[in-house]
Amino acid sequence: MTGPLRIGFIPLVDAAALIVAVDKGFTAVEGLEVELVREVSWSNVRDKLNIGLFDVAHLLAPVAIASSLGLGHVKVPIAAPFNLGINGNAITVSPALHAALMEEIDGDRFDPLATARALARVVAKRRKAGAEPLTFGMTFPFSTHNYQLRFWMAAAGVDPDEDVRLVVLPPPYMVDSLANGHVDAFCVGAPWNSVAVDLGIGHILHFVSDILVHAAEKVLAVRQTWAEKNSETVAALVRAAVKGAAFIEQPENRIEAARILARPERIDVDAEVVQRTLDGRLKISPDGAMRESGRYLLVGREGAGRPDPAQAAWLYAQMVRWGQTALSPEALVTAMGVFRPDLYDAAVGQSAGTADAPGGSFGAFAGPAFDPRDVAGYLASFDVARRAR
Amino acid sequence: MSAEQSPKIVIVDESPIRAAILEEGLREAGFTEVVHIREMQSLLARIYAVDPDIILIDLENPSRDVLEQMFQVSRAVRRPIAMFVDQSDSASIQASVEAGVSAYIVDGLKKERIKPILDLCVSRFNAFAKLQEELERTKSQLEDRKIIERAKGILMKVKGLTEDEAYVLLRSTAMREKKKIGEIAQSIITASEMLK
Repeated sequence: MTGPLRIGFIPLVDAAALIVAVDKGFTAVEGLEVELVREVSWSNVRDKLNIGLFDVAHLLAPVAIASSLGLGHVKVPIAAPFNLGINGNAITVSPALHAALMEEIDGDRFDPLATARALARVVAKRRKAGAEPLTFGMTFPFSTHNYQLRFWMAAAGVDPDEDVRLVVLPPPYMVDSLANGHVDAFCVGAPWNSVAVDLGIGHILHFVSDILVHAAEKVLAVRQTWAEKNSETVAALVRAAVKGAAFIEQPENRIEAARILARPERIDVDAEVVQRTLDGRLKISPDGAMRESGRYLLVGREGAGRPDPAQAAWLYAQMVRWGQTALSPEALVTAMGVFRPDLYDAAVGQSAGTADAPGGSFGAFAGPAFDPRDVAGYLASFDVARRAR
Repeated sequence: MSAEQSPKIVIVDESPIRAAILEEGLREAGFTEVVHIREMQSLLARIYAVDPDIILIDLENPSRDVLEQMFQVSRAVRRPIAMFVDQSDSASIQASVEAGVSAYIVDGLKKERIKPILDLCVSRFNAFAKLQEELERTKSQLEDRKIIERAKGILMKVKGLTEDEAYVLLRSTAMREKKKIGEIAQSIITASEMLK
């Protein structure tokens, strides 16, 4: 290695373990010199990682898989030795859509099936009235946000490609777009949902943990060839990230962690908003209503840091379900191979058998239990789906 | 180019100067159909209204992710775009990312027609970056000169030096402390303000 490790990140709270690992000096203790580089788009992070301008990146888990499969861009095999976050996204809707949904809802407002059914009725009414379809913002074609929105609405028969519009928006533009009516709702990570609520222009309808109890969100990504040549560096980085995650998960460290993350050169947002996210205690409506969940964002607890190949398989299944690629057994193996619990175990010195049990169950609110050995059978159970063209 | 029609090119860039530099280069090279989009609101709709063959976007622009949606086939996307360069052409990708620009090509455009446009983009973006660097340097030189003038004035007054002597003192101190003259001058100004 020459020079510092260049690590790209997007200013989002789920980069927390990485940022804290660097800024608290855990990487330095491991003998690593790191330069964190803030980026403005996932496309940039992906491209700079692919061509070697970055050694490591904070990356959307589905982008790591898409890159390894050559979907949407050039094919560059990626390895993910550490999972940077479980869950952490939320669906926020405009006050108008929120009112319409609450008028139609039959059941608990935190029950995603009840809200999805309400959405189906709102969509039908709008169509009858000749209104424009509702528009939902999400962050990237290969993103958890895209798949979580689709999974949710499709459960009540709303076709995400036919009945509504799904549009990509950069996270910093989400709030403005909701305020000026360019979108009616969005699914994005922290801090943007809270920012919309604080401005009085949005209601948090769901934490994504309502939709999936345990969903891999971002990963620490490296090129596979680079990981092979730099195994010591990868191990040191994983150990530092594990320490960063453990630091954040100690409640008494939250204020300090939030302060580190909030700095202008990192996430550049109010520390109090960051802390809300880490604590899973969020203001969900402009009137000040709060909601607390132990599952909002998992940074290190419940084995969150250890990559789980079953999660990669689920994300791959979503790409197939929505026509981004055709199902192939080889591609499934490749996708699962992106998530590297072996590298994680080697770094922290545990054998696979003694590893923390992976989240295992996805806890999806709809559909059958997911089994990576039968993706075709799983996908066949859904009525609403696309076929790859 | 002659026999074929000039491809329609959209430049998505919030910097009007850089866009103008690029547009001028493209026109000089015979690409006459160039449209500059500065407004990021409803970007896809704006692009579809122009219906371009090639879209060029700067990498400082978060809206780059919006363009990635055009790879998908959906209601929102009418003409899907192809990969911006060939898998084998990693040198082109490297050059464009390093220059800070990315190109999206609508399906069907021939590779040999894309290459000159991409090369031109890279060289114009690099030229712009150099220009900006020079501008920054000139600005900070100007700033330095003002600070040095003020520091000289303070030294002349406090130590009863001539202007030349004050400058020599500044320069020799900077050399001894391995710092820039501007930095030494700034610390003199700061110190004298504190002692007021």
